Formats: sequence, structure tokens, C-alpha cells
Amino acid sequence: MIQPHGGQLIDRVLKGAALDEALKKAASLPSIPLDAEQTSDVENIATGVFSPLEGFLGEKDFRSVLDKMRLANGLAWTIPVILAVDRKTADGLAAGADVALLNPAGEPAAILHLAEKYGFDKAETARKVFGTDDTAHPGVAKIMSLPDVLLGGSIDLIRETPTPFQKYKLTPRETRRLFQDKGWSTVVGFQTRNTPHIGHEYVQKSALTLVDGLFINPVIGKKKKGDYRDDVILSSYEELIKNYYVPERTTMAILMMEMRYAGPREAIFHAIIRKNFGCSHIIIGRDHAGVGSYYAPFAAQEIFADFPDLEITPLFFRSFFYCKKCGAVVSDKICPHGKDHQIQFRGTEIRDMLVRGEYPPAELVRPEVAKIIMDEKNPFND
Amino acid sequence: MKKEFTAVSIPTSLYKEIEEAIRGTADPSVPNYVARVLRESLKKTGSQEDVFSPEDEEKVKDRLKALGYID
Repeated sequence: MIQPHGGQLIDRVLKGAALDEALKKAASLPSIPLDAEQTSDVENIATGVFSPLEGFLGEKDFRSVLDKMRLANGLAWTIPVILAVDRKTADGLAAGADVALLNPAGEPAAILHLAEKYGFDKAETARKVFGTDDTAHPGVAKIMSLPDVLLGGSIDLIRETPTPFQKYKLTPRETRRLFQDKGWSTVVGFQTRNTPHIGHEYVQKSALTLVDGLFINPVIGKKKKGDYRDDVILSSYEELIKNYYVPERTTMAILMMEMRYAGPREAIFHAIIRKNFGCSHIIIGRDHAGVGSYYAPFAAQEIFADFPDLEITPLFFRSFFYCKKCGAVVSDKICPHGKDHQIQFRGTEIRDMLVRGEYPPAELVRPEVAKIIMDEKNPFND
Repeated sequence: MKKEFTAVSIPTSLYKEIEEAIRGTADPSVPNYVARVLRESLKKTGSQEDVFSPEDEEKVKDRLKALGYID
């Protein structure tokens, strides 16, 4: 099985006596409240999803990630995983001290071993990570709204924060064990934030012909207004898998993480995460992790040329459509017929049909999936 | 963007052989193939230290069973 990024899965989940001690200690430490997304970042660090990170980036790594898309040690890393606090909070914390990180319920979730505090240029960060400082971009808006000081240091997890989707929440240790148990030595990961249409199914099944197993890994967490609700995404995939996939060859687990919409940089980040889960391959489609028209349609594929040392193998897919003459899902590479015969998989059009209460044609969406979505009064994020 | 790689020389004939062998497979390039094979080889020599105890392993197995992922 593929090695974790950096060679070793990080495990910073406290257990036994160390956990008891940390719980006692946390009550008397200065504390920082985390939102749901930051809490997910902490868990992802602690359970190895973000291996080799052991905490929030220090300044040297932060600068290196911005400038070189690599950690200071040269290992590929494209998205800064940071913890920002306001100046007043930062002034009250001493480098070298421990800080309790509180989950949204106000409970101690982790201890931060604060190593350093540093300032950062938000506009520069936005331009380097997102390729723009346009605040209409959701990732840019988030960066620009952050407080001014970044805290760097390793963390230790005290408490996992439960989700409504607990049965789909697996750590990399667990997915690796699962893949091993299934006898899969090669696994393709599929990142998604949408309900599936036939084009997605085609891509997943095409990729599966090359490897032993398919790992469907929906991103659960904060997304844009109008994106499908997390529970709707999971239910629609459950239905699709039940009716149309070989169970011995397919599995699904969630990734609790905020979408950054950083396009190419995020594609590399997503690949690293799937590598940590044990995937040997990852599907990268058109405009992966993009938003609006900020990125060229295939920029998220082209960036992989800069990372020949990534080890996980990207499988690039172009745009697909249903050709009425072929009677199948095809691409311009394999279909000789013209546009008159094509039905495009346009997410917005499919969404509009569903909103109007119309079943999309079976060439676009499986009827079982459409039913799941249409049975919901509002399947989208407000 | 500065790339931080180092070059390793292999015979041109071997490069071409690999290029031919990976055509139509999931390996997109010769460097990718070479990096993957070398990593696999290093793994076989036991270069990675496992940080998880047998008890942790058992817990992982039990949780996967409880969730219905494995029998």
C-alpha cells in the first residue's frame, strides 16, 4: 500500500493516562474557541489526514507553502493550515506555553503547544493560494476576514467532536486497514461535494477498471450557499452504490473539512489527503476544487506536472457528455458525433430541473438519486 | 515556481522501456513510475517505523466491524 505523505501517519490523539492528564490540565490553561472548520482541521492533523503536519504551520513552513508550494523540508504541501487569532488574544499567550483549543460546544478539544506567533499579509496570502485577491472568491473572503496573528505549534487531540455522519467518519488508519482487509493494493479516491450524476458514475467506474477499489470521499463541512446539503450528498451516494456499484469494489467515507476553492493548489492538497487515506490514485476532473471562473478548466490537472514526487497517481478526466447517437457517456476524444447529439452534464441545469420538480432524464441522473434529492424540501445549503 | 527535485540518471534504453511499459496504464509518466517503484522498494526494506500498537490495531478492526465495513 502507498506510504503516507512524508512516510509516516501522524497520530496525535491522546489516550490513557496522557489523556486524563491533558483533560485536567486543559481546565486551567488559557483557551481559544474554535469554529467547526477549525475543529475539523485539528482532528485532521491529529488523526493523520494531514500527515506529516503535527500542528498549525509555523512561519517558516507558512512562507515556504506560499512561495514554493512545499513545506520548509521540501515536501509537497500547497494549502496553509493555519490558526489565526486577534492581537489581544495573541498578546496574552506566550510562545512555549500550552493553550486549550475549545470546540464549538466550548469543550476542550485539543491542546496547542504554542511554538510561535507571527503576522502575515492577507492579500499576499490570498493571491498566492487562490491566484486572486478578489473578495468575491469565497476563499479570499475567508482569508481577508481572518484576525491578524497566526499561531504555530503542534497539537494533541483530547476529544473527537461527533458529527451526524459518524458511521462514515473514518481515520486514515481505519481506511488503510479497510483497504487491506478488502485485498485492495491500488485504490482510486474520488473527491466530491455534489450529488452524483451519470458523468460522475462514468468517471468513477472508468477509473475503477484500472485499480482494485474505489473510495468515494465526500467533503463534509462548510460549503457555498446553494451547494447540496451534506446529508443529501451522502444519501444520494448510498442509493447509487446500493443500486449500481459492486459492493466488494466500492466504499465510502467522509472527509470533514472546509472547501477552500483554491483550484489547482487544492487539487494537490486533496491528492495528499487521499494518499494518507491509502489511495494510490486520485481522480482529477475539469475545474477540480474551482469556483466561478477563477481557474482555467484544466489548471488543476496541469499543476501535477510540478509534483512528480507526489507518489499518488492522478487520473485526469476531461469533460464528458451523453451522446444520443453513441447511446453512452463519452468525451470528444472518443465520440465522432457532433454537438447536436450531445446532452451535457451541467450541474446548474440539473439543479434547476430538480428545483422545478422535474425529474432529469435518466441519461443525466439515476432516477433513484433524483428521487432522494426531490424528496427533500430544500436539498441545498441556505 | 521553483521546483525542488534532483536528477537521477538512468540509461536511455531503460527510460524508453519504461515509457513503453506504462503506455495505457495508470502511470502518467516515467518519473512518476520510477518514484513509485522506488518507494515500494524502500517500503519492502522496512524503512517505515509503525507508530501504532497491536491494541490500536485491534481497536481499528473492532470499529470497522461495528460500522459494518468489514465482517
